[in-house]
Amino acid sequence: MNAPLNLPAADIFPIAAPAALLRFITCGSVDDGKSTLIGRLLYDTGAVPDDQLASLHADSRRFGTQGDALDLALLVDGLAAEREQGITIDVAYRYFSTPRRAFIVADTPGHEQYTRNMATGASGADLAIILVDARKGVLAQTRRHSFIVSMVGVRRVVVAINKMDLVGFDEGVFTAIANSYRAATRHLGFEQIVFIPVSALRGDNIASLSADTPWYRGRALIDYLETVDVSALAADPASLRMPVQWVNRPNAHFRGFSGTIALGAAHVGQDVKILPSGRRTRIASIVTALGEDSSAQQDEAVTLVLEDEVDASRGDVIVSAQDEAPVARVFDGRLLWMSERAASGQGLIVQQGMTTANAALSIRTQIDVNTFAEQPTDSLPVNGIGRVRIRSEKPLVLATYSQDRTLGAFTLIDRLTNETVALGVIDEVNPADLPQGHAAVARKAPDLWRRLLAPADSSSETLAEALSWRIVSALIVTLLAAVATQTAWIALLAGAADFALRLVLRAAHRDAFKRATALRQVDPEQNADGGGI
Amino acid sequence: MIQLTHLQKLEAEAIHIIREVAATCENPVLLYSIGKDSAVLLHLVMKAFAPGKPPFPLLHVDTTWKFREMIAFRDARIAELGLELIVHTNEEGRAAGVNLFASGSRLHTDVMKTQALRQALDKYKFDAAFGGARRDEERSRAKERIFSMRSPEHRWDPKSQRPEPWRLFNTRKRPGESFRVFPLSNWTEADVWDYVALEKIPVVPLYFAKPRPVVARDGMLIMRDDERMALRAGEEIEMRSVRFRTLGCYPLTGAVESNASTLSGIIAEMRSSRVSERQGRLIDHDGGASMEQKKQEGYF
Ligand SMILES: Nc1nc2c(ncn2[C@@H]2O[C@H](COP(=O)(O)OP(=O)(O)OP(=O)(O)O)[C@@H](O)[C@H]2O)c(=O)[nH]1
Ligand SMILES: [Mg+2]
Repeated sequence: MNAPLNLPAADIFPIAAPAALLRFITCGSVDDGKSTLIGRLLYDTGAVPDDQLASLHADSRRFGTQGDALDLALLVDGLAAEREQGITIDVAYRYFSTPRRAFIVADTPGHEQYTRNMATGASGADLAIILVDARKGVLAQTRRHSFIVSMVGVRRVVVAINKMDLVGFDEGVFTAIANSYRAATRHLGFEQIVFIPVSALRGDNIASLSADTPWYRGRALIDYLETVDVSALAADPASLRMPVQWVNRPNAHFRGFSGTIALGAAHVGQDVKILPSGRRTRIASIVTALGEDSSAQQDEAVTLVLEDEVDASRGDVIVSAQDEAPVARVFDGRLLWMSERAASGQGLIVQQGMTTANAALSIRTQIDVNTFAEQPTDSLPVNGIGRVRIRSEKPLVLATYSQDRTLGAFTLIDRLTNETVALGVIDEVNPADLPQGHAAVARKAPDLWRRLLAPADSSSETLAEALSWRIVSALIVTLLAAVATQTAWIALLAGAADFALRLVLRAAHRDAFKRATALRQVDPEQNADGGGI
Repeated sequence: MIQLTHLQKLEAEAIHIIREVAATCENPVLLYSIGKDSAVLLHLVMKAFAPGKPPFPLLHVDTTWKFREMIAFRDARIAELGLELIVHTNEEGRAAGVNLFASGSRLHTDVMKTQALRQALDKYKFDAAFGGARRDEERSRAKERIFSMRSPEHRWDPKSQRPEPWRLFNTRKRPGESFRVFPLSNWTEADVWDYVALEKIPVVPLYFAKPRPVVARDGMLIMRDDERMALRAGEEIEMRSVRFRTLGCYPLTGAVESNASTLSGIIAEMRSSRVSERQGRLIDHDGGASMEQKKQEGYF
């Protein structure tokens, strides 16, 4: 082999201790200083190389909002249109690290018009920094962003009360804003809210505590970010959920199901079932990024090989045998409408897990971002947040967002324009007061037939269960025969015959059902989904 | 539960993105540009489809000005992995004699890179092209989605990018539209090198310091890789110990003086460096928003 491989054997590289990663966003109202704060964080952690610093000096003179001084927001506002207007239009992702932690930060736009870009950034975040301009206090946009942050499941927020230099570092201003923020977001379910008085422009309380806020007893921002614990609640290690993303079939001898583990862990020998079908099998082997492995954990991208020749395709979910994830067509949730055109409920596609399906949307209420009060409505404007019910044309494996960040999240896509028009979270699966929508009824009927005619599914029945009711039945027959004939051997024979006949008939029934339904096994909607075009 | 490390998370995210393309696009291709990011991307692609092979070919847009060592490395690596590689050169550009030194970097980049890439994508009707670009490289890249939609004319419209929440990528498109897909979006230069070391990924030897023939020109050290580079008056070829932080067309890629001949050496150098990796690239320096402009015209 003549490949120039460049790893001298003796070159042992000292890998730094695996730093935990923190993903966070900055959000808040227009001009509160989000981009400046991120510029400051990059600058203070030494993440700005000299050549970029040199162009920052030039840019600051040309576009800057701070006279001849450095305009740190220009480090982040990377689009020409943003620099010309001095605003943020789209999310920017930036990266920096300290000896204690690596950070991915999303700088989101404050303008209401670009709320969807803010929500995009929020969806992957472990923590949010919400900026408030000390001169302006809590504004409608502060509340809207707080609501979206809470809706997408961020539980920890830092409220950075910014531009303290413009209010003389007044403790009273700080305390009043902190109190009003707390009151405004009482119902949003944040686990922890930390208030820090800062000046993003000057760097007060960012990398180190400021001499101008001697009254502030808390920590500097970077210190807090480095140490905050955002580890998600550890899922039950016996549980597993992996939406099938791609079926790996390189040759006749290998068939694996590739995907990212959404919840729990996978291990060889684990009893699993495939949803929606409910077919049971076991994990035979796991191909991970490291090669073959005996187990894999949440967030790992793996390929599972199953023991039986079961049918599973993209969109199905491989779950642990005892998993109760519901398969349903209807769910209730909250969403952010992101399209300029009003929500009509027509011609939509729901994207959830690893699947898409035609869906009907009914809007129930709009949530007022100022009061968080709900008004009944049947349409939502752009950037409106509302409660909705969604009916999918085909059954989906669903979960509530509070339990499962993967199966509980969804987007809506306009079928005609391919635009992503909404993002949302599932609050309730299969809500009880299901109005008899035609889609649901029309498609339910064949299912009902199938369920009545279907053989008892051995896969949903444990061996003990199966044996126990058959033994009970055989015992009853034995007992009845004993009473009727008063002869022990006839009674025993009858009991045994009952036991045996049931097994034979069951097998025959199973076979007949399989033949009858074989042609219908292919879900017609699968074709509509698979292409993705 | 043991937490995944930073690199393990980035790796899983990238593999997820790669598989998403395989599952939802009809005719993907991997843009293989031979550098370290491409090396990592190729490695991740091999992992994503193991034990099988990637279900799509690789494409190298050859400007005819790449370092010879890059081409040798490319051919050895592809042969070793047994993959399908398409090499495309803009033949009209070559015939018209677009010479980098004569015509300048702007025309060269447009004709031999941007136009060439568009030609290749059109010729093979690829509807998704993987690239190894990272958001930390440049400020307009920092704004780009992982699935970056391109019009039938290959234009990027930074103002109407699709929201990309969670892992729910909207991969629908109309005929003629396509995606540029960036699985390494969230990686930094440091992550790439840490991963190369951890996974023992082969990279082009030009990344390691060695005495090489260089000419000082326009404030950069240019390695004279062949005779097409004529010396200007007063210029002299010197042997200096240099290496490259990024790799591209040799006349446009500045070398850095260094003695780092091992991975740990270059990682240490990178960590203490005060200049960004793209500083050594001539094409990035024609004006503030130039990368954004090039991207709008169809550049990667
Ligand atoms: N005096 C003072 N000015 C500040 C401070 N932080 C930001 N600014 C200024 O406030 C203006 C807006 O700052 P940006 O960082 O662009 O605000 P933003 O929140 O990112 O704005 P959008 O993204 O467009 O919503 C700029 O002129 C900043 O220089 C601060 O702490 N003190
Ligand atoms: Mg901003």
